[in-house]
Amino acid sequence: MARWEFRIRRGKKRKRDVADHSTNAMQSGDPNRRDFLLLATGAAGVVAAGGVAWPLISQMSPDASTIAAGAPVEVDLAPIGEGKAITLKWRGKPIFVRHRTAKEIEDARKDDSAALPDKQADAARVRAFEGKAQDKWIVVYGNCTHLGCVPVGFSGEYNGWYCPCHGSHYDNSGRIRKGPAPRNLDIPEFAFLSASKIRIG
Amino acid sequence: MNSLSRSLGVAAIVATGFAFAAPAFAAGAGEKPPRQTWSFYGPFGTYDKAQLQRGFKVYRENCASCHGLSKLSFRNLSEPGGPGFTDGQVRTLAAEYKVKDGPNEAGDMFERPARPSDRFPKPFANDELAKAANNGAVPPDFSVIAKARSYERGFPTYLFDIVTQYQQQGPDYITALLTGYEAPPKGVKVEDGLHWNKYFPGNKIAMSNPLLAMFDDAGKASDPNYYTDGTPVTKLQVAKDVTAFLMWAAEPKMEERKRTGVKVMLWLIVLAGLLFMLKKRIWSRLDAEPSKAH
Amino acid sequence: MGEHHSTYVPNTGIERWIDARLPIVRLMHDSAVSYPVPRNLNYFWTFGGILMFMLVSQIITGIVLVMHYTPHVDYAFSSVEHIMRDVNYGWLMRYAHANGASMFFIAVYIHIFRGMYYGSYKAPRELLWILGVVIFLLMMATAFMGYVLPWGQMSFWGATVITNLFSAIPVVGEAIVTWLWGGYSVDNPTLNRFFSLHYLLPFMIFGVVILHVWALHHVGQNNPSGVEVKNYKKDTVPFTPFATVKDAFALVCFLMVFAWFVFFHPNFLGHADNYIPADPLKTPAHIVPEWYFLPFYGILRAIPDKLGGVVAMFASIAILAFLPWLDTSKVKSGAYRPAFKIFFWVFVLVAILLGYTGSQPTDQAVLTLGGRTILDMVGFAQILTVMYFAYFVVVLPLLGLFEKPKPLPASIADSVLASGHAH
Repeated sequence: MARWEFRIRRGKKRKRDVADHSTNAMQSGDPNRRDFLLLATGAAGVVAAGGVAWPLISQMSPDASTIAAGAPVEVDLAPIGEGKAITLKWRGKPIFVRHRTAKEIEDARKDDSAALPDKQADAARVRAFEGKAQDKWIVVYGNCTHLGCVPVGFSGEYNGWYCPCHGSHYDNSGRIRKGPAPRNLDIPEFAFLSASKIRIG
Repeated sequence: MNSLSRSLGVAAIVATGFAFAAPAFAAGAGEKPPRQTWSFYGPFGTYDKAQLQRGFKVYRENCASCHGLSKLSFRNLSEPGGPGFTDGQVRTLAAEYKVKDGPNEAGDMFERPARPSDRFPKPFANDELAKAANNGAVPPDFSVIAKARSYERGFPTYLFDIVTQYQQQGPDYITALLTGYEAPPKGVKVEDGLHWNKYFPGNKIAMSNPLLAMFDDAGKASDPNYYTDGTPVTKLQVAKDVTAFLMWAAEPKMEERKRTGVKVMLWLIVLAGLLFMLKKRIWSRLDAEPSKAH
Repeated sequence: MGEHHSTYVPNTGIERWIDARLPIVRLMHDSAVSYPVPRNLNYFWTFGGILMFMLVSQIITGIVLVMHYTPHVDYAFSSVEHIMRDVNYGWLMRYAHANGASMFFIAVYIHIFRGMYYGSYKAPRELLWILGVVIFLLMMATAFMGYVLPWGQMSFWGATVITNLFSAIPVVGEAIVTWLWGGYSVDNPTLNRFFSLHYLLPFMIFGVVILHVWALHHVGQNNPSGVEVKNYKKDTVPFTPFATVKDAFALVCFLMVFAWFVFFHPNFLGHADNYIPADPLKTPAHIVPEWYFLPFYGILRAIPDKLGGVVAMFASIAILAFLPWLDTSKVKSGAYRPAFKIFFWVFVLVAILLGYTGSQPTDQAVLTLGGRTILDMVGFAQILTVMYFAYFVVVLPLLGLFEKPKPLPASIADSVLASGHAH
């Protein structure tokens, strides 16, 4: 309690009560020393308050167990048949892994030249293994870039994903085509460990 | 400050003294554990990394089959302020353990090698199983055992402990217990399944000497090269090493805590000094002109 | 103080605008800046501010702990360990909260004894005092329920023993205990309700503290001379900067003691058994409450009758509320009451010794003669209990009638001059 009173006092007293209080003090001692004291004490108090505030803020950040549980995961792609997709959970979020057919890849490439709200070539949304583009595999975060709902797979006007919350349509490459979403579906950090295995994170 | 202040001060100290007289462990017999020297003693004490690593080895090979470490994760072993294993060592070590995961697509639970983020698996699936396997007594979990064991310090010793920082009742007791197995005094009958330990409250303990296999009757180590870092393998050394490891397991943030504490203390001393001078300054106005304060 | 008129002058337009609509700045100015404080207060008067700080500190660290704690019998113990191990600065929050409770009680006991020594409960401060007793009771309830939350052995058995006190009530006792538990024993429903109430009560304490401070600022502070303020100019100093800087200095000194425990001796005030998870099938060999309950626990165990013990224990706290009328002396400050002084210090010693008996096994010998126990812990506690109550119902009422007090100073200013120093 004392500290905030003290601060209020310093802010307010200055102007009015200086005549009363401080002049007395000035008379009874070196004015510079008093001002330095007040300033130093105030500064030390502010630093202390900051030191107390930091742990209180920091404690809300992800804790050590949460961070450890969010370590990279390996995903075996072999069980996912052509034209199929799976949803897996990583760091609490859905991740779509879609095994595209040759026709779907072709469709996606054709649309590179279409009017895309968030222009990006299909080739830029796939990853390579040993120099070879693994364009059968689309790996995206399963949260609509509008407000985070989970879009439904194999639906919408572009046979990609359709978000039922606010009507965003994505194509099979996860690019936004129509609706309020501002960006293509985000791609998590991932790499191919072999032709049929990826590591996410 | 007048004499009242002084007497109240003394009263407060005495009050604290009596009030904390709470003995922390069973009233039954059990010799007072001898005091050991610990690297983690005092405001600047830290853990001895090499000792924690040795202690972990002892724990793993002599205790882990009955006593869990369920609040700890493998990753803790490489975290600052701990035994200081590398991330690679921890990954390898974790992979040697099997943990339950699942269910998989078929709905079955399965076992997989542990990852650093996993907690140490429990040695028994449940307490009933532990009891059945251990003569009716559940071997306690070791996560906080070093803080969960103590012995009575007595008045006024524990008052001095506030200043001398003695707070190693747990570690001293554990080390004593591990070295306290001996033949029962003449005429004392120890029932089957129980063992005589001079430091255990009540003396009759269900756990058999866990270091029995490591030393012969004369106290000679069966494997003098048990430690790879050249530390002599004696009963006391082994007991102290595993105790230090358990202390770390119970209080893994101790080093961070003490480091922070030193900074906080220094800062409070500075702040107190400044405020004291400011207070003297401000109150000296009254000596000059008492009625002008308002 | 009633007669103290507001000296707040809003200077800027915006200050005047606010002041005309909600005079909150005026309130703060009047109660924390220009509020007149007797100029002879000693450092025992800084504990009110320290207690305010501790209440806020406990609330803040408590709110933080709740963000990570799980009130369920299967997870409570583990979630506390999770806080200690994984949460950023979680160890600091928990140790500050657990030790903070003890520091809170150290401060409140000094505050209470100060009030008793200087007669701060006497007219016109009776309500102020009674509000303080209410705060003390709420603090005890809060601390007790908080101690249950980590769900260790002491948590569980403390909860069992203390709730069982109510079973002493004739006829409906058992029903009340079952109702308190929400089951046939202390279990998950008990833990959940204790958690809920442990979160609620501090805010109720805060509310009563506001009333306590309001009453204080209305009647004004008592002071070591016990003589009321007569001349503001001569007898008092403005709260800011005089009391503010003194309170701040005392607080920082207090925080050093607090920090010593939190950072270097965090489990000293706790109990090792509470690091053993709760086990409803096994009671620890020797269970004791936290140190701040020990004197009352000593009284409880002193009475061989179950209901009698419970009544005596609650009466020992409730009797504090009647202090203003039990003390018949016209003189407030113990400094001017030679006989009272002796009885007061005996009372302090009795309270401390009661705490000691509360911490010891009941069958322990206190006095032995030729190998025979002539006084055991219970007998000792009984003597102390009689002395405790005698202070309130015999000593204080009679002392006021027979004691010849020393001459009082004419005013606070005179008492300052007499001691030769203002502070």
